Amino acid sequence: MTLVPARPATRPERPSTGPLIDQFEFGLDAPICLTWELTYACNLACVHCLSSSGRRDPRELTTEECKALIDEFERMQIFYVNIGGGEPTVRPDFWELLDYAVEHHVGVKFSTNGFRITPERAEQLAATDYVDVQVSLDGATPEVNDPIRGLGTYDAAMRAMANLQAAGMTDFKLSVVCTRHNIGQLDEFKAIADRYGAQLRLTRLRPSGRGADVWQDLHPLPEQQRELYDWLVANGDRVLTGDSFFHLSAYGEALPGLNLCGAGRVVCLVDPVGDVYACPFAIHDQFLAGNVRSPGGFDEVWKHSALFEDLRSPQTGGACTQCSAFDACRGGCMAAKFFTGLPLDGPDPECVKGNSAAALAGERVLPGSSQDHSHAGPVRNQPVPLTLLTRRPDQPVARPVSACDASPVAGLSAGPSADRPG
Amino acid sequence: MQEREAWRLSGSVALRPEPFGALAYDFHTRRLSFLKTPRLVDVVRRLGDSNDVGTALTAAEVPDAERPSYLAALTTLASGGLLEER
Ligand code: SF4
Ligand code: SF4
Repeated sequence: MTLVPARPATRPERPSTGPLIDQFEFGLDAPICLTWELTYACNLACVHCLSSSGRRDPRELTTEECKALIDEFERMQIFYVNIGGGEPTVRPDFWELLDYAVEHHVGVKFSTNGFRITPERAEQLAATDYVDVQVSLDGATPEVNDPIRGLGTYDAAMRAMANLQAAGMTDFKLSVVCTRHNIGQLDEFKAIADRYGAQLRLTRLRPSGRGADVWQDLHPLPEQQRELYDWLVANGDRVLTGDSFFHLSAYGEALPGLNLCGAGRVVCLVDPVGDVYACPFAIHDQFLAGNVRSPGGFDEVWKHSALFEDLRSPQTGGACTQCSAFDACRGGCMAAKFFTGLPLDGPDPECVKGNSAAALAGERVLPGSSQDHSHAGPVRNQPVPLTLLTRRPDQPVARPVSACDASPVAGLSAGPSADRPG
Repeated sequence: MQEREAWRLSGSVALRPEPFGALAYDFHTRRLSFLKTPRLVDVVRRLGDSNDVGTALTAAEVPDAERPSYLAALTTLASGGLLEER
């Protein structure tokens, strides 16, 4: 398997004008969508956790190292970071780091399962513009949510949102990973978000982390993909998607957003031990660009790592470049292909034209994961998967969530006529 | 926006230079916008220290034929709250 899709032999020059997407393909001086997973520790054990979180890693960045990294983000003018985990609030210095980031002009959007968003914490969060919160929920009813996220997690998310609303926080995010079981609940999710004055955010289930174990059983069925697409077209302006669903643009009208895999170009992940990956959904040695503890720090990894330089040129070859929908779909998600054992320059495993069906049915070698911090034994809120979840019996069932934001364009507004000159 | 008005970058907005121009981020609204040419960035940076918008356009050597489109771009930035009148 090639690591990255076919690229031209000599690196093409960055165009000096033209659509932003062409610019983004060549990468930026600093990411615009940086996810920082603060800890692999989590009080939950969600079945689809993209980072296989559960237990704290003893090599976790210290408070001082975290602050130095925030200083570096400030120097690079990374205006905001998406903090996830694990459950970031589990870190004892979480609130201290939040304050430190805000003082250093690094805005924070953090993802949480809501258990620790007490009325007091909600007040604290509502007090600054620099902080946004994203509460994870994967079912509009406990019956759909709790088998994925764990017993009591539906109630905890509702409580957290009620606390945020009572504290006067507006436009925080209700973040939903779309699965086979909740596609029929999109209107209900919207109603829940509206009820709490939150904004609904829908993202794609990717076969990353423990998600690889359950993807086959949870990813939306082909007719549900169509339902989701139609719903997004009808409601597009009022929901965020983190640009997750651009592979669905191949149905016709392009969805709002950039429609580009931003991995290593405008997106990256810093994990709890300081490893830098191309994307939060690509935690694997193959997509490891470097570590923030090495000389030159994050700046050096972002600007000069061989992997990222490699990712920063347009794809020129592969089956998808022949597809009529390539401009809209661009072959879909690199991480989804990788973790399902498909070639990176071929179609997405959920290609809406059915072009990956044959490859999925054939021989595939799944790359597996190169790290796993899952709890070794059961946790308090252990999800009890429905029968539809198949699990290898030798695998411990234990999974937390970090809904994270791999979006190159989450919350972006492109200022239409600021687009113009040139 | 008129050439004789005086504007500046809003206090809550920061610019980050990029090869194509700049990113503009508003810490209050948490909105990210793009300035798609280096010259537009130059104009925006000059606004605060220029007597008026027209002076900033001239100083940034915006060709006469393009002044209307630059004014339109600045108007959009202003309507998004990135610029404020002074
Ligand atoms: S989630 Fe997929 S499409 Fe998005 S940046 Fe990551 S690898 Fe690319
Ligand atoms: S063949 Fe490739 S480009 Fe075409 S729709 Fe499928 S994934 Fe998208």
